[in-house]
This record gives sequence, structure tokens and C-alpha cells, in this order.
Amino acid sequence: MTDTMRQEAEIDTAGCTDTEHDHHAYPAKGLKRWLFTTNHKDIGTLYLLFSLTMFFVGGAMAMVIRAELFQPGLQLVEPNFFNQMTTVHGLIMVFGAVMPAFTGLANWMIPMMIGAPDMALPRMNNWSFWILPFAFSLLLASLFMEGGGPNFGWTFYAPLSTTYSPPSTGLFVFAIHIMGISSIMGAINVVVTIVNMRAPGMTYMKMPLFVWTWLITAFLLIAVMPVLAGAVTMVLTDKYFGTSFFDAAGGGDPVMFQHIFWFFGHPEVYIMILPSFGIISAIIPAFSRKKLFGYSSMVYATASIAGLSFVVWAHHMFTTGMPVAAELFFMYCTMLISVPTGVKVFNWVATMWRGSLTFEVPMLFAIAFIVLFTIGGFSGLMLAITPADFQYHDTYFVVAHFHYVLVTGAIFSIMAAAYYWLPKWTGHMFDERLAHWHFWCSLISVNILFFPMHFLGLAGMPRRIPDYALQFADINAVVSIGGFLFGFSQLIFIAVLVKCIRGGEKAAAKPWEGAEGLEWTVASPAPYHTFSTPPKIDP
Amino acid sequence: MLRSLIAGIASVLFSMPLMADTMQLNMTPGVTAVSQNVYGLHMTILYICIAIGVVVFGVMFWAIFHHRKSKGAKPASFHESTKVEIIWTLIPFIILIGMAIPATKTLIAMEDTSKSDVTILVTGSQWKWHYSYFNQDVEYYSHLATSAEQISNQRQKRDNYLLEVDYPLVLPVGQKVRFLITSQDVIHSWWVPAFAVKKDANPGFINEAWTQIDKPGIYRGQCAELCGKDHGFMPIVVIAKPQAEYDDWLQKTKITQRKAREEEQRLLDMQMSLDELMALGEKTYTARCAMCHQANGEGIPGAFPALAGEGVSIDPKSKLEHISVVVHGKAGTAMQAFGPQLSLKELAAVITYERNAWGNNTGESVQAAEVQAIKNGQQL
Repeated sequence: MTDTMRQEAEIDTAGCTDTEHDHHAYPAKGLKRWLFTTNHKDIGTLYLLFSLTMFFVGGAMAMVIRAELFQPGLQLVEPNFFNQMTTVHGLIMVFGAVMPAFTGLANWMIPMMIGAPDMALPRMNNWSFWILPFAFSLLLASLFMEGGGPNFGWTFYAPLSTTYSPPSTGLFVFAIHIMGISSIMGAINVVVTIVNMRAPGMTYMKMPLFVWTWLITAFLLIAVMPVLAGAVTMVLTDKYFGTSFFDAAGGGDPVMFQHIFWFFGHPEVYIMILPSFGIISAIIPAFSRKKLFGYSSMVYATASIAGLSFVVWAHHMFTTGMPVAAELFFMYCTMLISVPTGVKVFNWVATMWRGSLTFEVPMLFAIAFIVLFTIGGFSGLMLAITPADFQYHDTYFVVAHFHYVLVTGAIFSIMAAAYYWLPKWTGHMFDERLAHWHFWCSLISVNILFFPMHFLGLAGMPRRIPDYALQFADINAVVSIGGFLFGFSQLIFIAVLVKCIRGGEKAAAKPWEGAEGLEWTVASPAPYHTFSTPPKIDP
Repeated sequence: MLRSLIAGIASVLFSMPLMADTMQLNMTPGVTAVSQNVYGLHMTILYICIAIGVVVFGVMFWAIFHHRKSKGAKPASFHESTKVEIIWTLIPFIILIGMAIPATKTLIAMEDTSKSDVTILVTGSQWKWHYSYFNQDVEYYSHLATSAEQISNQRQKRDNYLLEVDYPLVLPVGQKVRFLITSQDVIHSWWVPAFAVKKDANPGFINEAWTQIDKPGIYRGQCAELCGKDHGFMPIVVIAKPQAEYDDWLQKTKITQRKAREEEQRLLDMQMSLDELMALGEKTYTARCAMCHQANGEGIPGAFPALAGEGVSIDPKSKLEHISVVVHGKAGTAMQAFGPQLSLKELAAVITYERNAWGNNTGESVQAAEVQAIKNGQQL
């Protein structure tokens, strides 16, 4: 390139930047802003609102389930509809509530945490969000089809999901495909953004842990979502095109479905918890006014958990009749996961140790996360012990286990994150009193809801049954009451959000004394465009 | 000291008197050596987890109460220590090895099905279990015995609500019983907690499990894999009898089953009256068909087809096809073969009932001989 050309190019870019700046300085007005937006903050908001909506839709289904199980006998719904409720509740909470919430947080926070002006692929970002409402409309519409929606559990084991499934299965497969495409696009965006758009001086080992955990999560997503796509495609062809991947009569094997499903499904459960680890690693130091203990071991622990997640899938299927050698291998590997997970918990506790702790709502949720997620971890360790797993498998003990991990784990961390960054998003402080009510109501009710399920499982109540023997009646009544209370407690959250968006005390750029990170260097609310000039990171 | 304290708390927790009569809160030790090992494992891991929890949460809550800002706590500045981190990586690792050793031993014992005394083929199907005693010429289906009225709250529920069956599995005490487990439609899972046996029934494949029961008694379990609409209504009841009583039972059952088969053959020459067929047919339909096609024959649109006013059951030309569907089932659908499950009389009756109930009024009766002909593979 000659000098003149370079000069011209520079002038050109400069000019271009200027006009673009003028053009995009403020968001478009009305519906068009949200439909066509390529702004990471707008898309983050869309994801978060979508996830909140789905949280209530999925929650309403959980209420149907708990109402039916309130006492023995069938009173409200018939068993087939009950199965649709358990299935769609699971699918919506996994793909509609938890995953989009994390993607929303990633969109909002990752560029701001690494000092980037936006996500790397903003137009793809718009797409990856907008296909989601479409996917979930299909899934929900299938409930109104003849024969009803998917009724084969969120794990949709073949042959129940192939030969014996309702006609809406095709729609279900299509919906899953779209959700998968959305997740993969979201993940690619995160990877490209983190790898290419960090501010100068921000080395990998200087990134906030939330960015680290999301980077690892994104790789997990890219690795396993295609596996899920493969599984649902095989279900589709088995049901409609006469193949027999999962049908022994045609040379297939129904257990192969489970291997494929859980090869996706197990990393998936880490997809739903690793970003939580990042959130908690931001909040605990902030309200302890102390640096995170063992930053680098946190990174390595996260990476090893992700790595191990690929070799433990078969612990979901110890009862399918695997060879002893395989059962032993998967038992040992599964037990091993508790080591890096333990390291993380110990590091958080060590961060709190000799800190100067205050207990604002994000911190309360974070502490509740540590305690309750650890309880979920304990039951996970118990489930890893294969001979004992034979007794726990497919009972309410498992239901209790994964709800401790996913509700008081993933969802509590998402709430913690929402409260932590709400002042940054809205520019207002939230109503602390109301938020405390939300926390304490949620904490108490969620334990009334899920803790007694351990006893139900140990006493022998299988999961996914619409009716049960009389000896389970008392505890089910207690659990259902806990369920309704937890459901209603979440309405307080809506009140807090609405109040905070509409107004309230003005938030400072850094509303939390101990908070660290680039996101606190910009004003609250965060301007529509941040870091058009990259910030400087101290070496 | 700590251990006995925890054991004390746990025993109080797990035997709360107010719930004791209606509900137990912990796994049962069961009635086999294996189930007791499993129970032991379960309690050991539980205590280890409680101990770790007490230590970790203890430290954490100490920090929460004593290192508060409101109490004037000043933050320290340490933020890493390779030494501590190595220690808290190694200690859990050692604890895990301690857990893995007994778990491995128990698991290997559980999976050793060799040298068994009795073998039973367990077949799951929507939504019942079929038991077949090897080399004994004894086999039967085992159905839920709880009535629909109890389930729909129209009648008082009995004590063993949903955990009772018409024909329980009978096993001898003190013998090694091997189960071969399979399925004829979807995946089910055969689970009796008191034996610590839970094994999936996979269509097209056979799984193995075994048990050796120490104590005579009645043991109850349920299907543990989502197997469709009536997954919750597929209980398992096992009666363990002392050897002599078991032999006696086996002998009697063998004779009863043989007599029943001979009786079946005699039936072939008989003509049953329409009224008689309709009465038996209604009973059979309610017990075996109504769960899918509904008591009013209207089915569930999109899932289970209606029989009232449509399909083979109203078409006079399709009588043989109707018999064939009931006897052989319909491949690729949830309609299973009832030929092996019902007697000729019941089959004839239920098909007659379907062709005449709910205003279908074809006026035709079906006789045992016709069913037998289809069963023997006569072409339509």
C-alpha cells in the first residue's frame, strides 16, 4: 500500500466512523428498535425479558404438576396431560429460562467486562435471539394439537418418543432444532467476542471469571448442541421415515439413544451452571471487599469440570444394563468432578474469610447459592455411587438433586446477577426492602419445596408419576405448598424490576463499594455505546 | 464424638415420631445382603457429606457472623495460597478413594448373576408386568389391582393404594433368583427397593439382575422409567415364601394353569350367548382396554383411536381384521397383542363387546373358535 492510499483509507475510516456514530448514537424508536437492534445491550435485555417470561410459563406448568400431586388420586388433570406438563416444564426451564438468561447476561456484560464496544457478530446476535420466540411458540402450540404436546419427558427416551409418541413430535423436533441453532450462534458470538475484542492489555488471565466461565461454556455448547440435533433428527427419521436407529426390530438399539442424548445432556447441565460460577465469583469478592481467592485455580477448576463433563454421561443410565467395567469407569469419573467443584466452593469461602462482609440482596442470593448448590453437590456425589444410584435413580431424590442444582443453583445465581447489575442496566437502585422480601420468601419456600423431595425419593416414590401411594401423601402436600409459595414469591421479583425500571434512587457508576471490573467504569445506566475507544488495562 | 453426634441428629431426623406411622423418611435396609450393603453405603456417604457440610458451612457462617462490616471487620488482603489449595484438593481426593472401595465391591457383587437357583423372565409392557418361570411352565401377567373408582376419588382408597396387583410374583426365600428383564414396547424399569434391584427393561434386549431374599414377606415396588400415560400405575408386588410353601404354590399354579389351558380347548366347540359375551366383555374391556380407548370408547384423539362409531368395530366386513388387531396388536402403534394376555373366552367377549357397545350395535357375536383360528395364523 502506498502512503497516499493508506492516508486515504485512514481518512475514509475516520469519516465512516463519524457518520456511523451520528447515525447510531441513539437507539431507533419504538418496535423497530427491538426488532432490528444489533446493540448488545438491547439484545441482552431481550434475552433477559424472554427468559423471565418463559420462567413464568414453565413455572405455571410446575404449579399444575404440584396441584395435581397435592393429594393422592387424580383430581385436576389426566395422566397424559400430566406427562405433557412435566415434559414441557423441563424443556422450557432448560432451553427457555436458564440458557437464554445466561446468554442475556453474556450479551449485556461480556463486552462491558472486556472493554469491547459490542459483540463481534451483532447481526447474527439479532437472529440468534429472534428465532427463539418462534421456537417456543411452536413448542407451546404443540400442546393444542390433537394428541397433545410432547409427553415423553424432557429426555424423550426412544421408543417412547418414536413409535409411541403423539403426532406433535415433528413440531417438537423442529422446535429443538431452532433452539439448538440459536444456542450455537450465541456461543460462537461469545467465543469470537472474547477471543478478538478484549481491550489492549487484557490478557486471558486478567479476564473476569464470568468471562472465563462463559468462554468455556460456549465451547461446551458448540461441542454438544450438534449432538442433540443429531439425536432429534434420528428420532424424526425413526418416527416418520422408517429408519430404525433406536428400534431393535430393525437392528437399532434404544439404549443408544440414551448414550447420544446424555453425551449432549451431561455437558448441558454444566452449560447451565458454569456461568453461575462466574457470577458468584464476581459477587462474593465485591461484598467481601476482598479479591477472589485463587483466581487461577478457579479457571483451571472450571476447565477441568468442563473436560470431565464429557466422560461422565453414562451416570444417568447406570440402570440400563451396562457392563460392570463401564459402570465403574463412569462412577470414578463422576466422583472425580466433586474435586474441582469442591475447590471452587472452598475458594469462595476463603474469599469471604476475613473479609468485610455486607449483605445486600445480590450477596444474599450468592451465599444462598453456595450453601444450596453445595447441598445439590452432596446429593450428586451420593448419586455418583453406582450401587446407591440404583436405589436413587428415577426417584424424587433425583428430582430434589437437580432442582437444588438448577433452581437454587443456576436460577439463584441469575437472580443474584440481576440484582448486582440492575443499577448498571437501569440507572436506578432497586427497592432494597422489597428485594429482601423476594430473597427471604424465595429462600424459605424453595427449601420447603425441594428439601422434602429427598425423603420422598429415599422412601421410594418414583418421579414422573401423576398419582402416588398413600404413604407419600403428607410430604407431597408440604412440597406442593412450598411450590405455590415459591411461585408467588417470584411475583415480588416482577414488582422489584418494574419499580427499578420506572425510577428510584439514582445509581452511581459504581454502586457497590467493593465491586471490580470495567463495567463499573462507565456511567449508570450504561450508555447505549460504551468503549468506542478501548479502555487501558494496567499491566 | 462428632460422628456419634451426627449419627444422633440423623437418627432423630430420620425417625421423627410424628411421621413414623404414615411415612418413612430414609431408604430401607431391605431384606437381602446386597440391599443392606447398599443401605450401609448410602448412610456412609450421607455422614461424610454431612460432616463436610458442617465444616464448610461452619467456616462460612463463622465468617458471615464475625467478619461483617457492621462489626467493624477490615478486609484482609490475602488472595491465594498454593499450599492450602493443594491440601483441599488432596483431602477430598482421599475421601473419594475411601468411598470408591466399598462401592466397587458392592457393585461387582450386584452384577454377578452366575450360579442362580431360579430364573424368572420379567417382561414389561404398557402397563403391566409379565412373569415367566424358567422350565416350570408357569407364566402370568401382573396388573394393578387398584380400582379406577379409587383413583378418581369416588371410593375410599385402600391401604396399599396403587401398590397392589392381581397376581404378585412369588419367590422362594434363601435361593439365588436371577431375573432376565426385557420389554415388549417401551423402556420400563423393574424396581423393588427392599431388594435394591432396579434394572431397565429394554425392548429387544435382555438385562440381568439377581436377588437372594432373607425374610419371607410381601415387598412392593413400582416401574421406575417413564413408560407413557400409565407409568404411575404399574406396581410390582413380590411375595417371598419359605421353600416348602413356594414349591407348594408352584405346583398348584402349574396345575391350575394347565387346567385353564385344557378348559380353553373345550371352549372351542361351545357357542356363548350374546348376553354372556357382553357381560364378560364389559368387565374385560374396563380392566384392559379402557385405559387407552376410554370407558366410553371414544379414545383420546391423536393418541388412541376411538372404537365407538368408527373404524373396524362398526364395519361388518372387518370382523376378522378386528379380531386380528386385538389378538396380534398393531405394529408401529401402542396397540399391543392381547392374544397372549387374555383367555380365548375373554378375547371373544371383549371383541363382541366392542362391536356392540356404545351404539355400535353390529349385532354380531365373536366366538372362541374364531379367535383361535386367527391366533393360529389363519389368513384374513
